[in-house]
Amino acid sequence: MNRKNSNKSRNPNKPTLAFYFLRALACINKKTSMASYNQRSGTIKRAAYASMALAAGPKRAWSRAVLCRVLWWGSSRLHGFPTRRRPRAFFHRRVRVADPKLREPSKADVLRRLVPGAKAMDLSRLLEETAHYIQYLRAQVLLMQNVVGSVSD
Amino acid sequence: MSSRRSRSRQSSSSRITDEQINDLVSKLQALLPEAGIRSNERVSAASVLQDTCNYIRSLHQEANDLSERLSELLATTDASSAQAAIIRSLLM
Repeated sequence: MNRKNSNKSRNPNKPTLAFYFLRALACINKKTSMASYNQRSGTIKRAAYASMALAAGPKRAWSRAVLCRVLWWGSSRLHGFPTRRRPRAFFHRRVRVADPKLREPSKADVLRRLVPGAKAMDLSRLLEETAHYIQYLRAQVLLMQNVVGSVSD
Repeated sequence: MSSRRSRSRQSSSSRITDEQINDLVSKLQALLPEAGIRSNERVSAASVLQDTCNYIRSLHQEANDLSERLSELLATTDASSAQAAIIRSLLM
């Protein structure tokens, strides 16, 4: 019974994902004052992650972490706070060339850095969150490919 | 005597946890894109974790690229026709 419930809640609800994302896109479209191309693409990216997290619901650590980051980002820009105080690593990923001779982090630690909200989890919970995160991330990417495909035709 | 008991308790609890972890790792492996090819092999947990990390990174990168493309497209196309096209494609 428990397994069935967990399977049901795992599969991402595609219409819900689409609804949140399209609503965000419509809002972004209306605000034509965003002249800068970089700004708008960053906003679209944050909208994608936010709609993914909203569709996933608050029961997952990763969705809560993503929503916190998006809300913090939005509120700090609104109030004119400098957005550089907190590490921006999630939304502005840059490839850093690591020194190979330094102590190499374990694969689980690398995974903990990639999955939002997973820093302090034990291995079993980390694996569950990762599986859930991958399902939603993949569904979101497919949705965005659909949207790009239909708009560019 | 007490140490033996505690040792056996520890090993029994870690045995259960190991099984759980192997189960979770195999579920994760099933989600990866090469699941169909490698389903018969028994792959190590480390390689599954490595593949998972690579897959997540590639998904993030693809999301970034798609956001940029969408930003370009929304700037150039007419809003109402874009929305109509999107909704049509999603409903069909």
